[in-house]
Amino acid sequence: MQQYILDIIYVIGALSFVFGIKLLGKPESAKRGNFIAAVGMTISVFGTIFLYHTEDGAHLKNLEWIFGGILIGSVIGTMMAKRVQMTQMPQMVSFFNGMGGACAALISLVEFHHSSEGVSMAALNSLGESVTISVVPTMEIGKAIVIYLGLIIGSISFAGSMIAYLKLDEKLKDKVLPLQQVVNVGLLAVILGIAACTIFEWVEIPYALYVLLGMSLLYGVLFVMPIGGADMPVVISLLNSFTGVAAAFGGFLYDNKVMLFGGILVGSAGTLLTVLMCNAMNRSLVNVLIGNFGGGAKGGDARVITGTIKEITKSDAASLMKYSKKVVIVPGYGLAVAQAQHICHELEQQLEANDVEVKYAIHPVAGRMPGHMNVLLAESNVSYEKLVEMDEINPEFRTTDVVLVVGANDVVNPAALNDPASPIYGMPILHVDDAATVIVMKRSMKAGYAGIENELFYNPKTRMLFGDAKKSLTELVSELKNA
Amino acid sequence: MEQVLAFISKHQEMIYLVALMIVLGIELIEKVPSVLHTPLMSGANAIHGVVIIGAIIIMGQADDVYAKVLGFIAVILGTLNVVGGFVVTDRMLDMFKKKKK
Repeated sequence: MQQYILDIIYVIGALSFVFGIKLLGKPESAKRGNFIAAVGMTISVFGTIFLYHTEDGAHLKNLEWIFGGILIGSVIGTMMAKRVQMTQMPQMVSFFNGMGGACAALISLVEFHHSSEGVSMAALNSLGESVTISVVPTMEIGKAIVIYLGLIIGSISFAGSMIAYLKLDEKLKDKVLPLQQVVNVGLLAVILGIAACTIFEWVEIPYALYVLLGMSLLYGVLFVMPIGGADMPVVISLLNSFTGVAAAFGGFLYDNKVMLFGGILVGSAGTLLTVLMCNAMNRSLVNVLIGNFGGGAKGGDARVITGTIKEITKSDAASLMKYSKKVVIVPGYGLAVAQAQHICHELEQQLEANDVEVKYAIHPVAGRMPGHMNVLLAESNVSYEKLVEMDEINPEFRTTDVVLVVGANDVVNPAALNDPASPIYGMPILHVDDAATVIVMKRSMKAGYAGIENELFYNPKTRMLFGDAKKSLTELVSELKNA
Repeated sequence: MEQVLAFISKHQEMIYLVALMIVLGIELIEKVPSVLHTPLMSGANAIHGVVIIGAIIIMGQADDVYAKVLGFIAVILGTLNVVGGFVVTDRMLDMFKKKKK
């Protein structure tokens, strides 16, 4: 009876995930979608605790430990999630993702231990005193595959997510080892090789499980290490789907449909999301997988741009904007890093007080995650109608007097349109050079994450305003107030 | 090899499920506006926290110290993933609600 109820609970849980994701896809229903998925998760978890039966019909024990763990996790999780700043959202997602990956890896470790133990005991009974039995080969091959893959993927996801978290938190810098790609591919091949050897009993490797654990963790680190901060969204999304797959392996292990459902759903949706992001940045997923992008990207073939750079003072910039009819702000990664979204909104209000029409041009990959700019600007009360997506804003640049680029670089680089040798060639960009004047706020002349020069900076229409985005914007606002 | 095939045959129900779920996952995401990609990623992140059920099953059957310790840690980490994931997503979506006023 209880088993039947649990089965029904799992059906409800699985459906709640499907509808949750469905509703998350529309702005008006997104909050409800999240809530429905959370309710489905809650009943699935408590259903498992109270109604789950093992094969021999026993209830789950150690309930005090289970509730203790859930209590600790809930308190810490809620506190972290409530305290985090909106700008730090991506690393928070990455952190929680890593926790899920670690959970999947631990399940594999314990389950391996558990299964191998059961087998060796049976052997002892039938053979009398013999105990020297190799444990892995006696395990059902399908189960071994599931356990090993769960361990490998979970560990990669955990280590990778932690590195992504630390990098986004600026506790770690990008590092590219010599021959990084060769090392990465080689390591992955060795991992899969050891796993295959052990599962199919070709070669016996002592402590294969722990060797694999260590190597997978190392791979996770090496996989994410060389990737630049601005590329992190793709990696987080990919690791997200990895954890989904790891969870699905757990579902296989326990013949648990709700785990399978949730895991595969996230795995496939996350992979598609990753591909969508790659497309928006004009990168292939293969490139991402072998760690061939980020700080070390080869920009050598791109043509060298010569020309002069014209700077503009803050007071000139302020008066230029004040006497414009229409100003479009292009926020980018730099705005998120400088946490300048609030002051940006203030600038917008100041300009509007002077009868200037202000809009924001949102490139699909601006910020640290797709849609991150929207979340950040929405947090500082910028109204939804002012956030205009790329395809809609591009024709409007022709009638724009001033474009203010705040910490964006590659998404406004004309090389994507006219330089086939450029690594970002083909990526859709914001056509800011159609506007009468472009003011680019930038910390330095350093190239963007694609590591290439931006000829926009040398455009006769362009004026550079060097400095930290937040500081410069603050000064612009006070100039506007005083002018 | 035969063992692998036998495993597949034995679990063909699961494999049907997996195939359908993959298609469903792709279908669900395809038409989402890029504005919602971040909350969606975060919500999906919370959903794969369903792995916690595995951790609970392990903890609930654990007899020795090894399984108990690792199981306990797994329950904590899994809960972090679920609770943190849903709360963060909810906070993000609160931002979206505000702007609709």
